[in-house]
Amino acid sequence: MFPEIIDTRPWRRAIDDSLNWVVRNWGDEFEAAAYPLLMLLNFIEDVLIATPWWLIMAILVSVAWLATRRWQLPVIVLVSLLFLGIMELWEDAMTTMALMIAATLTAIIFSIPLGVWMSRSGKVRQVITPLLDLMQTMPSFVYLIPTVMIFGPGKIPALIATIVYAAPPLVRLTDLGLRSVDPAVMEASRAFGTTPSQRLFGVQIPLSLPTILAGVNQTTMMALAMVVIASMIGAGGLGYQVLQGIGRLEVSRGLFAGLGIVVLAIVFDRITQSFGKQLQAKIGLAETR
Amino acid sequence: MNEIKLDTDLAIRMRGVTKIFGDDPQSALDLLRTGKTKTEVQAETNHVVGLDNVSLDIARGQIFVVMGLSGSGKSTLIRHVNRLIEPTAGEIIVDGTDVLKMSLEELRAYRRNSVAMVFQKFGLLPHRSVIDNVAYGLEVRGVPRAERLEQAAKWIDTVGLSGYEQSRPRQLSGGQQQRVGLARALALDTDIILMDEAFSALDPLIRSGMQDQLIELQKTLGKTILFITHDFDEALKIADRIAVLKDGAVQQEGKPEDIVLKPANEHIEEFVREVNKARAIHVRTIMERGAFEACEFTVPETARCEDVLPYFAEHQWVGVTNEEGTQIGRVTAKRVIGALARYTPGVGEG
Repeated sequence: MFPEIIDTRPWRRAIDDSLNWVVRNWGDEFEAAAYPLLMLLNFIEDVLIATPWWLIMAILVSVAWLATRRWQLPVIVLVSLLFLGIMELWEDAMTTMALMIAATLTAIIFSIPLGVWMSRSGKVRQVITPLLDLMQTMPSFVYLIPTVMIFGPGKIPALIATIVYAAPPLVRLTDLGLRSVDPAVMEASRAFGTTPSQRLFGVQIPLSLPTILAGVNQTTMMALAMVVIASMIGAGGLGYQVLQGIGRLEVSRGLFAGLGIVVLAIVFDRITQSFGKQLQAKIGLAETR
Repeated sequence: MNEIKLDTDLAIRMRGVTKIFGDDPQSALDLLRTGKTKTEVQAETNHVVGLDNVSLDIARGQIFVVMGLSGSGKSTLIRHVNRLIEPTAGEIIVDGTDVLKMSLEELRAYRRNSVAMVFQKFGLLPHRSVIDNVAYGLEVRGVPRAERLEQAAKWIDTVGLSGYEQSRPRQLSGGQQQRVGLARALALDTDIILMDEAFSALDPLIRSGMQDQLIELQKTLGKTILFITHDFDEALKIADRIAVLKDGAVQQEGKPEDIVLKPANEHIEEFVREVNKARAIHVRTIMERGAFEACEFTVPETARCEDVLPYFAEHQWVGVTNEEGTQIGRVTAKRVIGALARYTPGVGEG
């Protein structure tokens, strides 16, 4: 046994007490601060559920066609969505989709500026990178419990947990994309007397858009990976079905709901990837040197 | 050298410009000032001397070529003119204004309005069409869209790329891309154009065509062009004046012929040995001026040595005429041979 060098109990107690103190004194404020997130999620969910199934299918199939201009992907998307409908998973799928979209949108709003900031300062990168590592590797239950304590079980902690888990790849890829813009192009832009923001919006972001889009793709995938855990603390949807399947030992229910998650993942992964490829071809990054 | 020249005739004036790359350039600078060489400074402090006390006077309306091998500091030098690189010490005056004293805002205005630049790697924006690339500088300057597109279209036509306006840079060949780069710089209509190895990435025939085009444009537009190259033949072809750079220091500065006929040191002599001197040397620099008996063969004074060589099969000397066609002197075979022969100190100078 490792010898006890110092007594760590006071530390633990301090952490537990301070969390309790926060919950007691600041709980309402935190809840109010996160209210816009809940509004966003509820709005998306309401819209998705109110929209007739055939319209959503039509939209996703045509988006798939726009992204590839071929028939294969639209067919895959159509079959996937039909599967969800036939298996009576449509409404759950919409709930899950809403959580994923809300988490991705929020992640985009926070991650892209953060990635831009990181790309401009080595010091910021030094601080943020370990933080991102922490967010990705820390078991989600560790921060799930305090968020549940602060916000109470429900959609908000589920959404926050999803964002924490899903945002890091977007931050990293934004940073990487901005830093790997051809220095010769950046220098030319500088030589013409551009301001830093003209370079950011006119050169860096357009040229790193394929990389940033790859980050958005990663974020959607990781958000979907969190749905089962999110459903444990009050988010409904496909994750909840999986959880119920496990709880009642109904393998079929768990299997179909699980497949439903996979199907959603395929649809969104292929669509965002195709847009990324299209964009890359348009810019022709590889051929400019 | 050119101290007599009035400052108003100078487009760019550099005095004692020194650049040291590293974390603590000042201490390395002190070391350099004590008389240590570039290699010694690098060995002692791990700092790279990019430029070592460079002073240049570049007159208006000239094509001034800075020639040097890779690592000689020529690309570093040109980037000092628009302050893409900050010098460690020295003074850079462009059109009477001290570039180094400019605030960031002044510097941006200076880059937008006074100096345009063409790059070896083109530096085109791959996500924009050719015409939007050419209009880029004007866009940054704040010129309204319709006006800048009109300007851009005119310059695209000048460099011979009409019909490619809506193409993407990647769809063009290297030579065409560099024409876009040239048009982008010309569209700004600045008095000074900086060209960093602008033609080095092109294949020989296209390069030759671009050189001719540049000379032609310079004649009609009268720009001051600072041109960087590692190719001595290119320098001789386009330059009004040449400065040879080695290890960040200017080795020799003068007219192309001066450098060919009187290389200042062994390093330059090595370059000179490789060039076609018959093409580099003009008849006017080696002719004997004065009244001589009329010769049945004459050449204009702007002819080059290679143009008179065929006549020496028949004659010992050939007449030289001025622009009006009157004979103003002659050039003898002996003079031509003397000019073309390898420069040997002590021989043939009397």
